[in-house]
Amino acid sequence: MSAPVLGEGILKGMVETARNFVGSYVKDDRLVTVQYPEERLPQKEAARNFPFLVYDGEDWQKGLRCVACLICEKECPPQCIYIVKDTVRKPDYVGKLQFQPKVFDIDTSVCMSCQICVEVCPFDAIKMDIEYELSTGDRFGSLLVHKAQLAKSNTYYRRIHPSEAAEVDARLGAEKAKAEAKAKAGGAGAKPA
Amino acid sequence: MHATPNDLAAEAPPKNYEIRRKPHLDGSLGGDLLEISMGPQHPSTHGVFRMDVVLDGERVVKLKPVFGYLHRNHEKIGENTTYLGSMPYTDRLDYFCSLTNNWAYALTVEKLAGLQAPERAEYIRVITAELTRLQNHTSLVGFLLQDMGAMGTPLMYAFREREKILDLFESLTGARMMCNYMRFGGCRCDLPPGWLAQAGQVVSGFPRFLDEYEALLSENEIVMARTQGVGVLPRELAINASVTGPMLRASGVNYDVRKVDQYGIYDRFSFRVPLGEHGDVYDRYMIRILEMRESLKILQQALRDIPEGPIVDPKAKLRGFRPKAGEAYGRIEAPKGELGFYVISDGSPNPYRYRVRPPSFINLTILEDMCVGQHVADVVIILGSVDIVMGEVDR
Repeated sequence: MSAPVLGEGILKGMVETARNFVGSYVKDDRLVTVQYPEERLPQKEAARNFPFLVYDGEDWQKGLRCVACLICEKECPPQCIYIVKDTVRKPDYVGKLQFQPKVFDIDTSVCMSCQICVEVCPFDAIKMDIEYELSTGDRFGSLLVHKAQLAKSNTYYRRIHPSEAAEVDARLGAEKAKAEAKAKAGGAGAKPA
Repeated sequence: MHATPNDLAAEAPPKNYEIRRKPHLDGSLGGDLLEISMGPQHPSTHGVFRMDVVLDGERVVKLKPVFGYLHRNHEKIGENTTYLGSMPYTDRLDYFCSLTNNWAYALTVEKLAGLQAPERAEYIRVITAELTRLQNHTSLVGFLLQDMGAMGTPLMYAFREREKILDLFESLTGARMMCNYMRFGGCRCDLPPGWLAQAGQVVSGFPRFLDEYEALLSENEIVMARTQGVGVLPRELAINASVTGPMLRASGVNYDVRKVDQYGIYDRFSFRVPLGEHGDVYDRYMIRILEMRESLKILQQALRDIPEGPIVDPKAKLRGFRPKAGEAYGRIEAPKGELGFYVISDGSPNPYRYRVRPPSFINLTILEDMCVGQHVADVVIILGSVDIVMGEVDR
């Protein structure tokens, strides 16, 4: 086990550090540092940071997919979501009457980015954002994010998570087509779901 | 009553040391014992951990580990949230190995609820757990060398390799460290396209790094002089103190939960369990290197054999999960030792009792026996070789 000459092991190690040092000038896999604010790595598609609310159409107040069912509020492990349900149904972007959240707050100082709200949401209304430069000097005000800041368009969602969004769009489209076919078959009296 | 300047001057400043009278029994030269409080934020104590060390000159006479500074009520929180809600908290136990923590908890609840992960999910679990073992052991060896005084170089090489594995975790789970990936009866999402090829590249490139690392350190005379014969943990003591993991195997006990329990699909892979001879710090370092080589073998077989198919048991429910009343204990071979979860269900959405058996906490209880009689400088590397993470010790 031990080297025949005292110091041989140390010299061997020195050769290794020299190889890494010289190698960092010629080979990319030995120089892995990224000079962060100037250079940035592209983000992974699965990346997640804090949740946001998806809306369809143009108007965020009308197009919110969230129907204030309170499932995410109950399932959130650190209890960082606060929802107040609206008392009246309002027309959404296709004119259907829906409940909407009157208040939807996420305390991002408490949120631990676990994605459980996204998984339990049956309406694909809450998704994970990838924005990461969120530091602020205001400890209480700006870390509590309100509905207006949380609402982001489906186009934005498609841009940040392309394959996941395509899957969601396909699923929602299929459900919609099924509901329409059912409504047609049921005759004029059938209510839209 | 207000304190006058004279009162303040009379009050002794707080000390983190104390001089004790030594009983002169053996007719030695005498001198006093010095009690030092090392920590709680000493850079070599791996986090908020304190050691009350009583020294006779340079030698340790007594050592008392003091922990609890990072206590976060993990078990009580687990009893107050739903079963699924505890999953992201398990990431924060041993924050180096979130995926093995996830697996241990998922395995326990699967036992409780009678779920069975499908074939593909089992393979994904083995792959991610072995990658976790690789990155834990690389960073551990880096930290151990840092404790020995090799500032920077070995740790930076280790972190360079670890980052490649964390990149794999990020593209699979969305987070580098807080993965929150396993679910009861499977995994959260399928592998993204091209992930297996990327993982194959990392695995095939890893032996070169291990060879370089061994050339750098394994025969280094300074490393050998500092570690061989230091902090010996005898075989019987290791068994009696219920030490597990690489610590136990370095003392020569052939006990690996992957072989003993064969949980998941570990019966399908051929790998060997490396054993130490002396139970000193060098053996513990070497065991980790050898275990990484065995992990690479498992990874090669798993990446070759992984089938297509579903990744979640169809019986598994995400919302409204209520296992019927009962209890279960599940354990796996986490990189630091045997990680167990004990859950009692009373049929409600929350567990009635939720208990963690953390390997690094139990391995730490043996610290005094390894340190007594050693130099105070060696206490630091003995602690380093135990491989503790305070998130898991204090919970």
